[in-house]
Amino acid sequence: MTVITDSAATATDKHAPRRRKPLATRAYKVFRVVALIVVVLFLLAPLFWMLLASLKTNVDIYDTGKAFLFSPTFENYANVLQRNNYFVFIVNSFWVAFVSTALSIVLGVPAAYAMSRFTMHRSALVVLMARVIPGVSLLVPWYYVFSNLRMVGKFEVLILSHMFVALPLIVYIMMSYFDSLPLELEESAEVDGLTPIGAFRLITLPLAVSGIATAGILSFIFSWNNFMFALVLSGAKTKTLPVAIFDFVSYASIDWGGLMAAATVVTIPIMIIALFTQKYIVSGLTAGATKG
Amino acid sequence: MIFVGVLIIFPLAWTLYLSLTDSQGSVRAATEFIGLQNYLTVLSDTERFWPAVGRTLAFTGAALAFEVVLGMGVALLLWRPFRGEKWVRVAILLPLVATPVAVGMMWRLIFDPNIGFANQLLGAVGIPPQPWLSGQDTALGTTIFMDVWQWTPMVVLILLAGLTSLSDEPDEAARVDGANAFQRFFYITLPLMMPTVIVAILLRGIDALKTFDILYATKGKGGGSFHEVETLNVYAYGLSFDYNQYGLSSAVLILFFMIIIGSMWLLTMRKKAVSK
Repeated sequence: MTVITDSAATATDKHAPRRRKPLATRAYKVFRVVALIVVVLFLLAPLFWMLLASLKTNVDIYDTGKAFLFSPTFENYANVLQRNNYFVFIVNSFWVAFVSTALSIVLGVPAAYAMSRFTMHRSALVVLMARVIPGVSLLVPWYYVFSNLRMVGKFEVLILSHMFVALPLIVYIMMSYFDSLPLELEESAEVDGLTPIGAFRLITLPLAVSGIATAGILSFIFSWNNFMFALVLSGAKTKTLPVAIFDFVSYASIDWGGLMAAATVVTIPIMIIALFTQKYIVSGLTAGATKG
Repeated sequence: MIFVGVLIIFPLAWTLYLSLTDSQGSVRAATEFIGLQNYLTVLSDTERFWPAVGRTLAFTGAALAFEVVLGMGVALLLWRPFRGEKWVRVAILLPLVATPVAVGMMWRLIFDPNIGFANQLLGAVGIPPQPWLSGQDTALGTTIFMDVWQWTPMVVLILLAGLTSLSDEPDEAARVDGANAFQRFFYITLPLMMPTVIVAILLRGIDALKTFDILYATKGKGGGSFHEVETLNVYAYGLSFDYNQYGLSSAVLILFFMIIIGSMWLLTMRKKAVSK
């Protein structure tokens, strides 16, 4: 799964026969290569197409003869960033995602620890419920409250709403992470005179850093991608990128080049983050999936 | 802890309360308690509600079926280490993290009946152009395709984690006994993987039932002018925020919630039976 095991496996490959015989036959190997290429193409081609279209003028987009051969232009990006003020939306998106993630970590990590160590199963169920509730039914009550307080369109509200998603996610991931840390470490720390809180702060928390990174990255991505909450709760000043893109098509004719440039602008940052933190994302998404 | 409780319990309780009132129009308007009236209205609504239930289940069922079968296939391909594995993993990760709204827009261009690449591709092999998203009968299928593109990777990752944690011995033993690859998969690997498969269905199923972003981004309010892709979530959203029928929409939400909980409960029961 990690790079280390990969290179270890290929190293043994060259020198000794592998412990586990591969599914052997030559036909299977060829089939596997072909199948994998098809899979990769299927997954990447649409994204590539989006990127290409974002570099075309609208005239070229309508000309099906110029699918791949065209003179690239950055005009769409210039338009999107300057005329449509996307810098503001990028900053908004980043700010909302960052603050809601940070706050959720501060609140969620101790909560997850408590649930994991004192086996509060009923509260674990509550967390699971949070994943199940449709977003709209969270949205309606909060919309009620905040519009009565005349607070819709403020950053605080948007951040709070993103925490509905982030907090349960972080608690869920961290719980399964704390469950996997040995209890003995804390017990011996407490024997040596630390308070339970001290043991948590000095022993468990440093060990949990990679778990927290996993939860944090995922929560940031979810918040960055979140559409529905921002659609209802954001105002002109707090609009986030997904809503800005959605607004792009509410006019009569679609500016495809601009739209694709906007779509690329919103996806590129998150993909770059994902590439560098691949390991964490995979472990976060599959947290708790295999132990039942 | 209290915070989590407030975040979850309060909205649910409020939704339940609203579903029993005639709340509509402004959120500041006075509301009256009308008992189960909203539920009766919703449950007898064969124009919007029941078709939305059908679409929700069809969307989820079809998407899940494709995602689990394809996901298992890809996970098996990735199971044993090979060169270039890193690149395949990157390709798997990218759709997963891409912003759903942007993904929706991307597909809108690709599936555009006139200028889209999908019809160009079909044209190249001699198939007449399809209406895709703009067709009344093809729209839902097209959105299912999008969901499969974006979320099969998630299923792959979960199943791969499951495969990696399997012990090799049963597989080896079967091989020694002369079982071929298909027999080994269907009689050894698949039964051992069943709990993980159910977890994948559970996690993906919950999200698929609640799909909103790509549907709203591609077809807009009400799931298109003929409500082609209007699932329960889109319907409830529309009732609340496009038509301000809070009471009615809350009733839909409570029913929707019961559907989700019900299907989860069925799956969990199934998982317990399989794990034994």
